[in-house]
Amino acid sequence: MGTHLPSTEFDGTAVDDQREADAEAVMGEPPAQMVQLLGPDGTLAADPVYSEYANRLTPEDLRGLYADMASIRRFDIEATALQRQGQLALWVPLTGQEAAQIGSGRASQPQDYIFPTYREHGVALTRNVDLAELLRQFRGVSNGGWNPKDTNFHLYTLVLAAQTLHAVGYAMGIQRDQKSAAQAAKEPDAAVIAYFGDGASSEGDVHESMVFASSYNAPVVFFCQNNHWAISVPTNVQTRVPLSNRAKGYGFPGIRVDGNDVIAVHAVTEWALEHARQGKGPVLIEAFTYRVGAHTTADDPTKYRHSAEEDAWRAKDPLLRLEKYLRAEDLADDAFFAKVKADGDDLAAYVRRTTHDLETPDIRSAFANTYAEAHPLVAEELAWFEEYSSGFAGEEELDAENAGPAAKAGH
Amino acid sequence: MTTMTIAKAINEGLRATLAGNPKSLLMGEDIGPLGGVYRVTDGLIGEFGPDRVVDTPLAESGIIGTAIGLALRGYSPVCEIQFDGFVFPGFNQITTQLAKMHARSNGNLTVPVVVRIPYGGGIGSVEHHSESPEALFAHTAGLRIITPSNPHDAYWMIQQAVECADPVIIFEPKRRYWLKGEVDVESPGPSADPFKAHVLREGTDATIVAYGPLVPVALAAANAAEEDGRSVEVIDLRSISPLDFDTVTASVQKTGRLIVAHEAPTFGGIGGEIAARVSERAFHSLEAPVIRVGGFHMPYPVAKVEEDYLPDIDRILEALDRALSY
Repeated sequence: MGTHLPSTEFDGTAVDDQREADAEAVMGEPPAQMVQLLGPDGTLAADPVYSEYANRLTPEDLRGLYADMASIRRFDIEATALQRQGQLALWVPLTGQEAAQIGSGRASQPQDYIFPTYREHGVALTRNVDLAELLRQFRGVSNGGWNPKDTNFHLYTLVLAAQTLHAVGYAMGIQRDQKSAAQAAKEPDAAVIAYFGDGASSEGDVHESMVFASSYNAPVVFFCQNNHWAISVPTNVQTRVPLSNRAKGYGFPGIRVDGNDVIAVHAVTEWALEHARQGKGPVLIEAFTYRVGAHTTADDPTKYRHSAEEDAWRAKDPLLRLEKYLRAEDLADDAFFAKVKADGDDLAAYVRRTTHDLETPDIRSAFANTYAEAHPLVAEELAWFEEYSSGFAGEEELDAENAGPAAKAGH
Repeated sequence: MTTMTIAKAINEGLRATLAGNPKSLLMGEDIGPLGGVYRVTDGLIGEFGPDRVVDTPLAESGIIGTAIGLALRGYSPVCEIQFDGFVFPGFNQITTQLAKMHARSNGNLTVPVVVRIPYGGGIGSVEHHSESPEALFAHTAGLRIITPSNPHDAYWMIQQAVECADPVIIFEPKRRYWLKGEVDVESPGPSADPFKAHVLREGTDATIVAYGPLVPVALAAANAAEEDGRSVEVIDLRSISPLDFDTVTASVQKTGRLIVAHEAPTFGGIGGEIAARVSERAFHSLEAPVIRVGGFHMPYPVAKVEEDYLPDIDRILEALDRALSY
């Protein structure tokens, strides 16, 4: 392991040593140190800037962060199972990234607006999105499933990094609202978080969004979850420097944080959001974490990475280290952890039950929602569809009648 | 009535929008102190300030993408794309994000973004400055596409586009920016609905459908044909999506012959769509095949030969002769 690399880099791989050497060669200086407060052994360290933020977390808050991480991990297991059972077309697991998502999401305030990619189920939980609603997209009954206006949690965006520009535009809107005296008086200062990953960091829209954000000093936090794998391609194909260092080129702060340390993630995100809300401009946070599972349920990580690497990261598990801390500090007991587990099972049962009941929409709603205002071509095609469909009227009943005796005969 | 050029009419339309709609703002490259490369936004930054007339970084995806974010926050951005051929870095944002946001949010979100694109050739410019990419956008559901051919429509269409809850692309016929005409700034009159075609000239022997820069060419061809004793109807389509098939069909049912003219290549173009729809709707009225007059299947050619590429009066008259020979 190289001299400058932070302690949670996975150990002793040639790729990491090379990556560090590359970074130094390009930057002419070592990569920024990673912010870590709660280590894998469950001990809390001090930081000159972020301890102040970490100290704001009450025991109740810390237990809440643990409960949230446990809930979303249980949800992830349930959703994966639902996909295996054919109830979902696809699932995008988040296991391993709970601290990055819960820590950052819990640092946001209701007036902030969040633009996720498509793996931010943990952030969705912190924004009170109904997790059963979240499954609509993966069951194929909606491309959204929740109204972003209710939670300030935008729809998932599957075209990678497109949402980073929406986030900056939204932040530019907040700036204008704050300048309007009437609006500023009635609303608290707000900021925007744009989530993306190490893979998406290569997309041109990330570059353009950071240029715009910097030029207009927009109140936006770029939250990059570096989970080390863009499907099968490792981060060192996307970048030769730590992603957080890229902020330097745009002229705003870049922070690398241990993405498996929920306390540090919360502290750093809270600092960044305050920075943005106070009009000091954008911040890039690189949460250094790991996608322990597959990219999606259609992926096979054994084709491109070694299980030893996964094991190394499991040793840095975000839940285990917080549990160690809570127990060591007498902030939570067996009864608490038992209740968290029971609550997780209740959530899983709710999600399972609700998923089965998610209704398939009528294609007429797709006609209705293509445009906000009346559109003659849509009206014409809908009229044709109605006429065509009416030709099959009665067939359903006929099918049912035909199926009846056959079904009986089968018994 | 006031006489002004198309460029000035858009400028005045934008001024009226900015004055009347506090949530509207303009975004684009060089639209501030310079007033845009065609001076369409001339003077507006002085009147409305840099928060409402925003000189952006040189990045088309960034312009459209941040406009979407502003719209989600309740603003009505009007984006200027400097030239037709430069819209493609923003094509992803327009087609995958802007066009679909309302649908994929189950109707919960609207993104009333307007994209202004100067388009078409005939200005003797370098490559990527003379293209007509409207069909690429017309194929994408969720977008509305309009194109003015005269100052009165230009003045009203830009304002109507901003008021529309759907995303609207306005293709502005750049070689007609200096075309003068009467503008009634008090009332849109017959231009109240930007998505309706206009019959500019009535006739009985054939119909010419055109839009944007070719409307004056179609009118001149019809006038020339009249000297040969042919009565030709001319329709200014005005809107490409939605397309006013009712007006086109009614005309064909009267004349029996249809020529569609546009600068864009004919293959996969708007003319083909009109021909197909008319053959479905007015098959028994047709006395001849629908004939398309348009660009060739090649990248827009170099300036010195663009006259051979662009449909002109003679190309339309030749098509008319063919239609009338059936």
